[in-house]
Amino acid sequence: MSTQTIHSEQIESETGKLGMWIFLFTELFLFGGLFLVYAVFRVKYSHDFHHAAEELNTFIGTLNTVFLLVSSMTVAMSITAIQKNQKNFAIFLISITILLAGLFMLNKYFEWSHKFQFKIYPGSEVLKNLPQGELLFFGLYYMMTGLHALHVFIGMILLSINIVKIKKGSVNQHHYLHLENSGLYWHLVDLIWIFLFPLLYLIT
Amino acid sequence: MKNEETHISSYTSHAVVLIALLILTTISVAATGWHLGAFTVAAALIIASIKVATVIINFMHVKYEGIFIKSMVGGVFVLFALIIIITFIDYYLR
Repeated sequence: MSTQTIHSEQIESETGKLGMWIFLFTELFLFGGLFLVYAVFRVKYSHDFHHAAEELNTFIGTLNTVFLLVSSMTVAMSITAIQKNQKNFAIFLISITILLAGLFMLNKYFEWSHKFQFKIYPGSEVLKNLPQGELLFFGLYYMMTGLHALHVFIGMILLSINIVKIKKGSVNQHHYLHLENSGLYWHLVDLIWIFLFPLLYLIT
Repeated sequence: MKNEETHISSYTSHAVVLIALLILTTISVAATGWHLGAFTVAAALIIASIKVATVIINFMHVKYEGIFIKSMVGGVFVLFALIIIITFIDYYLR
């Protein structure tokens, strides 16, 4: 491989990562807007928000936080593994990440279906009769956790593609931009949850 | 942009970061029982911000990035903080 090729690959990797960061910034402002709406309504209807937040299960929220934090570590470790050319270990770590993401989604499913049982879902009669602030809290809860769950799902797909790419060899010790960018996306999913968790589950 | 060898983080360093994050999570959950009053929200958000910074610096490898990405990431968070501050100034003064 000539020096020029190595140089152009280095630039490609730098620009690829820069593009990913810019995309992550747009994602940050997508959720940032929702955080801002939450913050303003929380100040306006602090009593209702306090009351509604007590409906949420702190244990499930904490468990999901642990799942995402551990998965963030395993995806970061998978990059170390691929850099050290430990392909099988990298695949193992990514699989663990996907498994933890699956457990997060399973928990979310139980949490949402529990609320649905009590007829607390957008547009339900029970929700319509709640005070204005509680209605807003649950609206924001479903919107923010729903949008976040969609991101978890997309992250799972991106990470699965990486397993295929490592097996095929297109992601390897020298070319791992795809894994790095998927990792960055996965960390963003974790970052958003780090803020969602105290805002929805802890501040009661 | 940097030209030096790519930095390879050790498995141990990632594990240490995870332990720190789990300790912060425990503190944040425990803090809800401390009845800090108005500071409950502030405490929860400060701990969340420390956790976010830890993930960005260590797991997202910003520590090893060039000055360009470092300043962009820092700048975006300053911008976001400004948006929150300006919104609340507007909200309280109207």
